[in-house]
Amino acid sequence: MAESSFEEINEKYFDVLKEIGNIGAGNATTAIANMLNLRLDMKVPKVELIAVEKIGSAIGSEDQIVVGILLGVENDIEGSMMFLMDLTSAHHLVNRLMMRDPEYDADFDDMDLSAIREIGNIIAGSYLSALSGLTNLNISPTIPYVSIDMAAAILSVPAIQFGMVGDNALFIKTEFSDDVGIDGYFILMPEGESYEKILRALGLPV
Amino acid sequence: MGEMIKVGMADLKACKAPDNLTTIGLGSCIGIAMYDPVSKISGLAHIMLPDSTQIRNNTNIAKFADTGIQKLYDDMIKMGANKSRLVAKIAGGATMFAGGAAPTINVGARNAEASKAKLKELGVKLLAEDTGLNYGRTVEFYSETGDYLIKAVGKPPKTI
Repeated sequence: MAESSFEEINEKYFDVLKEIGNIGAGNATTAIANMLNLRLDMKVPKVELIAVEKIGSAIGSEDQIVVGILLGVENDIEGSMMFLMDLTSAHHLVNRLMMRDPEYDADFDDMDLSAIREIGNIIAGSYLSALSGLTNLNISPTIPYVSIDMAAAILSVPAIQFGMVGDNALFIKTEFSDDVGIDGYFILMPEGESYEKILRALGLPV
Repeated sequence: MGEMIKVGMADLKACKAPDNLTTIGLGSCIGIAMYDPVSKISGLAHIMLPDSTQIRNNTNIAKFADTGIQKLYDDMIKMGANKSRLVAKIAGGATMFAGGAAPTINVGARNAEASKAKLKELGVKLLAEDTGLNYGRTVEFYSETGDYLIKAVGKPPKTI
């Protein structure tokens, strides 16, 4: 069964991938809560397979401005992951981190962008360490890149990546809230043999 | 005023004036607009990847520059566009995350190149392009005038 396509793997192991998503997102939420020193409640993440063509509108309207953080994933598995949040959520997190007035919403400056990258680092690091712990694989993130633009334009990056191997993308929506709701989305984009490696490491036949 | 017809990601559509075409939030993808200025038949393809022959899973022909542009061209000819009069304008092909993860890093530039190569192969003259850089673009193509309007976040709209 070494020839299982990405699609078949996605369907067959959807529950496993979903569980990995849940644990990763849970870890990431705890990390943010610790960083910002606040209590965050996380709703059960929604994990979905979305058709590549629909990715542009997967998190709302296509021209809604969102913040995207992209990191490479390396060592035992290869690929990349993306964390997305809407502009309001990003302002909220940055204001918390910079200990600013919660209503402050001027355009992000360089300091803010570096705060966003740091949020990305922490989220990705904790997400991947959950995956690493589950699989016993050595998985680390590379440095994060930030883009603030129309949702469809940012999401074209994972759409293209998934589009190379199939027609669907695995999407994890995480909602966490303190006094203000924050919506975050994870997209894990394994490349080549990486999916198989993860599943094999979990003791599943691929 | 005609209808503004929406073209999705990995999708293509053709129409005739007074109808117009739009696609929202092109990132590394390319929006290829073709039109025949006499019959005012126009078409827009939103392609994601340069080359269908390098991908195993290539059933959606609108996903690729080579097959997508060919299909749009064929559709437009069928609608009555004249081969020798067809011209094109392209937009998109950005690198959304400068220095980002390896395999998609140059996909914007490769998409632009592949689109231009396919247009050349079909003998469709490229009149203008707005490609590359690091931001998303929403495009609108006006069949009556052949104007290709490009909108980006925090930038004045421009027409090519």
